[in-house]
Amino acid sequence: MSKVAAFGRFWWDFVVGDDWLSAVGVAIGLGATAALAADDLAAWWLLPVAVALVLWVSLRRATR
Amino acid sequence: MSSVFLVASAFLASAVEFVEALTIVLAAGLARGWRSSLTGVAAATAALAVVVAALGPALTVVPLSALRLVVGALLLVFGLQWLRKAILRASGYKALHDEDEIFARELEDARSVEQVERAGVDWYGFTLSFKGVFLEGLEVAFIVLTFGSTQGSIPLAAVGAAAALVLVAGVGIAVRAPLARVPENSMKFVVGVMLTTFGIFWGAEGAGAHWPGSDAALLGVLAFVGLLAAALVQVLRRQRRATLTAAGAEA
Repeated sequence: MSKVAAFGRFWWDFVVGDDWLSAVGVAIGLGATAALAADDLAAWWLLPVAVALVLWVSLRRATR
Repeated sequence: MSSVFLVASAFLASAVEFVEALTIVLAAGLARGWRSSLTGVAAATAALAVVVAALGPALTVVPLSALRLVVGALLLVFGLQWLRKAILRASGYKALHDEDEIFARELEDARSVEQVERAGVDWYGFTLSFKGVFLEGLEVAFIVLTFGSTQGSIPLAAVGAAAALVLVAGVGIAVRAPLARVPENSMKFVVGVMLTTFGIFWGAEGAGAHWPGSDAALLGVLAFVGLLAAALVQVLRRQRRATLTAAGAEA
């Protein structure tokens, strides 16, 4: 593995760890919040709901 | 209020990381000699100082909304990892973190490796200690820099981390044993809730949302995440009991 790949791998493991689904869920949640806010709609509620969903799905996968 | 929250979060998160680093340093010191272990600690501290010196000032020049979006996203991903593991531990799906057990394993591993000297120190003891302190310290640096920069006070977050370092190192030197009595699992649960709370709050602000009640909403988010985590622990405990009962009935 090249040094650049190893460096990237280290940071991926450090931040994302073994649950990439949570990272994808967070990215979608933030994107949707930004889209609502850009249209001048109330957007504060979306991220807590997204986090609850992501956490539930992630735990379901881990306990299956 | 958010200052107290900031210092408390940095203190708790850092204390957990320092307890883990202490376990590794103690194992390296007892199995491979204190010279190599403490040299590893010093080298890792110097490397961390370089990382903080490079990243700290850079973060202060990034526009606040962009910083909050990126930091919020990182804290959320990071916090969800902590929270997920803490919920799995609390509900019995994952073994509890046990410093005594980890210490015994590290000690056994360290004693089984042949001695190789480089630059006057035992290389295995040095790298074991270096890796432990650097990786745990990097998490502390990450938390201090992200919390501090988004709240506009890196020094305040550093105070929380420094207090944790003094406490853990002081007790570690006094007892020269892993700090197994520290309620690490409960602390990790709280830290997971706090990281996720900060991540939601800053992430949403960075994405352009406005919280009702402004900064006071942080308490509402904290209550939401705390209640959600507690409810998930109860649901998973019930699910695990049902699975075990069904497996027992089949056997």
